[in-house]
Amino acid sequence: MRLWTAIKMTFVLTVLTGIIYPVLMTAMSETMFPFQAKGSLISRDGQVVRSELIGQNFNALNYFHPRPSAAGGKGYDASNSSGSNLGPTNKSLIDTARQRLKEVLDQNPGASAADVPISQITASGSGLDPEISPAGAMMQAARVAKARGLSDRAVMDLIRAHTRTRWAGVLGEPGVNVLKLNLALDDLNGIAPRASAKSE
Amino acid sequence: MGNAIIQVGIFSALVTAISVPLGLYMARVFAGEHTMLDPVLRPIERLVYRLCGVHPEAEETWVEYAVSMLLFSMVGMFVLYAMERLQYYLPLNPQQFGAVAPDLAFNTAASFTTNTNWQAYGGESTMSYFTQMAGLAFHNFVSAAAGIAVAIAVIRGFVRRSAKTIGNFWVDLTRAILWVLLPISVVGALVLVWQGVPQNFSPYAQVKTVEGAEQVIAQGPVASQEVIKELGTNGGGFFNANSAHPYENPTPLSNLLEMLAIFAIAAGLTHTFGQMAGDRRQGWALFATMGLLFLVGAACAIKAEHRGNPQFAAMGIKQAASATQSGGNMEGKEVRFGIVNSALWATITTDTSCGAVNSMHDSYTPLGGLIPLLNIQIGEIIFGGVGSGLYGMLVMAVLAVFIAGLMVGRTPEYLGKKIEGREMKLAMLYILIFPTVILLPAGVAVVAKAGLAGISNPGPHGFSQILHAYSEASANNGSAFGGLNANTPFYNVTLAIVMLFGRFMMKVPVLALAGSLAAKRAVPPSAGTFPTGGAVFVLLLVGVILIVAALTFFPADALGPIVEHLAMMQGKLF
Repeated sequence: MRLWTAIKMTFVLTVLTGIIYPVLMTAMSETMFPFQAKGSLISRDGQVVRSELIGQNFNALNYFHPRPSAAGGKGYDASNSSGSNLGPTNKSLIDTARQRLKEVLDQNPGASAADVPISQITASGSGLDPEISPAGAMMQAARVAKARGLSDRAVMDLIRAHTRTRWAGVLGEPGVNVLKLNLALDDLNGIAPRASAKSE
Repeated sequence: MGNAIIQVGIFSALVTAISVPLGLYMARVFAGEHTMLDPVLRPIERLVYRLCGVHPEAEETWVEYAVSMLLFSMVGMFVLYAMERLQYYLPLNPQQFGAVAPDLAFNTAASFTTNTNWQAYGGESTMSYFTQMAGLAFHNFVSAAAGIAVAIAVIRGFVRRSAKTIGNFWVDLTRAILWVLLPISVVGALVLVWQGVPQNFSPYAQVKTVEGAEQVIAQGPVASQEVIKELGTNGGGFFNANSAHPYENPTPLSNLLEMLAIFAIAAGLTHTFGQMAGDRRQGWALFATMGLLFLVGAACAIKAEHRGNPQFAAMGIKQAASATQSGGNMEGKEVRFGIVNSALWATITTDTSCGAVNSMHDSYTPLGGLIPLLNIQIGEIIFGGVGSGLYGMLVMAVLAVFIAGLMVGRTPEYLGKKIEGREMKLAMLYILIFPTVILLPAGVAVVAKAGLAGISNPGPHGFSQILHAYSEASANNGSAFGGLNANTPFYNVTLAIVMLFGRFMMKVPVLALAGSLAAKRAVPPSAGTFPTGGAVFVLLLVGVILIVAALTFFPADALGPIVEHLAMMQGKLF
């Protein structure tokens, strides 16, 4: 008798909380916030080119580089989010960080270790962190400016314009969305396909 | 430092402000009194009872209540297991994921049934949308509701006099879902979507990146599951990276709201307790005890993570916070959360039985990682899991009045009920089962080949990983030192069994305690009654909690995080 009730309750509550509720929420979300509900995806000519929220890999010297990523084999695998889960006394954490620091210093000749924020040589929790710290961007400004033939000041101004401050001045930490910053750089250089950001 | 205090202060103030009205509202809901939502929800409630053949007026004894709860959990577990195994043939599987392996399916079924949400799988690479929403999110609702139901039944046990029954499980379950969990989830999910959390059934997006690479971005009905994951202190992420994933937790505002959702119901229940006991100070005493332990833990975790890892300092990296960077130990943490919101979340998620993470605890400094471990080992009663936190704290309160009684040589009382041999035996059973199901299997795992094979971080940290795993399974947390390769038959099966023991072997004694107390007459307070609504009691309770946890777990913790801390300070690597 009680078992029968348990079976019926499981069925009824599955329909209510497991089907009606998510379907209703999807319908409401797609009406009220269609852009966000669909994953904040931006398309161009029928091809999805990015999500505002998900980080992408950048390796070229004329782009700002994101944080190291442990998601998937090459990093920034958005179907395989993950941190490194390396512990603080794990030799491979420290060796990897030292290697990254060397690369960063090689790529940015003017910078010293003290200019490199720790977030720039450590992997994020999701492996998809869309942001770097403002210090992480400023440290790369000279390199990017040189690679693009822009003035350091123009690049620094762009960083400042793209710095997200703490929410209401209090919550969270400031950050710079790498993807948006890089697209704005292309804009500044007048590189056509990227310049369509406004029309998107 | 200043900003850390402000952020923690804002969070604490909001929790306090929310907890009182929510707690009083829940007291009305479970007393069956009129609420604002009645016009909408009463008809649905009646329909549920009619479809399921529930007689809402028929009350149950503690044994019947426990049997209903166990049967319901068992059925739900079988259904989830079947759903995972058959997901290939079920709808809403755009990525065409195949059946989940038997050991992993069993582990996950046990995990979600017990409100643990330990995840040995990566959500976006394993589970179909249907399994996520109809299987996992369903359990997020019902395991939370079952926890609330048992807490309410236990409160009734304390406040009823000479009574045989402690309520009707089906009614408490249904009302917890309809009046508490669903309405908050509906509003919360929409707010999260507004902040950027997706809610769709689309296939994964194929992206051509700016540099021309391919990127596949997982999608899904995330927001509807995200909100109940936090609100029901479940913690099972839609994605592998859980609330660190920008789709689950895109902004500092979403982060604040999710943290509030984790604490809201558990904090509210202390006031539900005070209200039902007819003395609001009793509720405030428990709230203060929990709040004190929370603040101490948060301060320690934030400080440890701010201080960072001396190995990085040796490279010349500055780890001090500045206006343009967070500093500290940023491995496994997101820029938007930095140190403060990561360490605060880690404290909150382990104070409760949530286990959602917005940063990777495995990469915390040893002391930063010790705080989450201690929070779990204290028994997750610092606000705690929805329901389980309150009844866990009430067991500690019974122990505290008993110890106070011994000290002054009087028969202990709590809320006018004499605490006697039977109650103490049940309370001790509750307290002893917990370390037994953590330390014994952890001991086995560190000598078994299959156990050692799972370690991903060598040295003392490897022991911490195993200790964490069993502590979490037993306490139904699931925040995980995620590096442990736990998706193996050995860990899947042993952890699943520990989760089931840790949940149900503790719920049954606590319901028995409620039944035993409900049957007692009330004794009027006398000059010798120890007042349980004031500051002295709060301090006594904090002391008892810390002593019990320290005596039980200090030796094990010393071998893991504490040894690792000493090694780290000497610059030793493994």
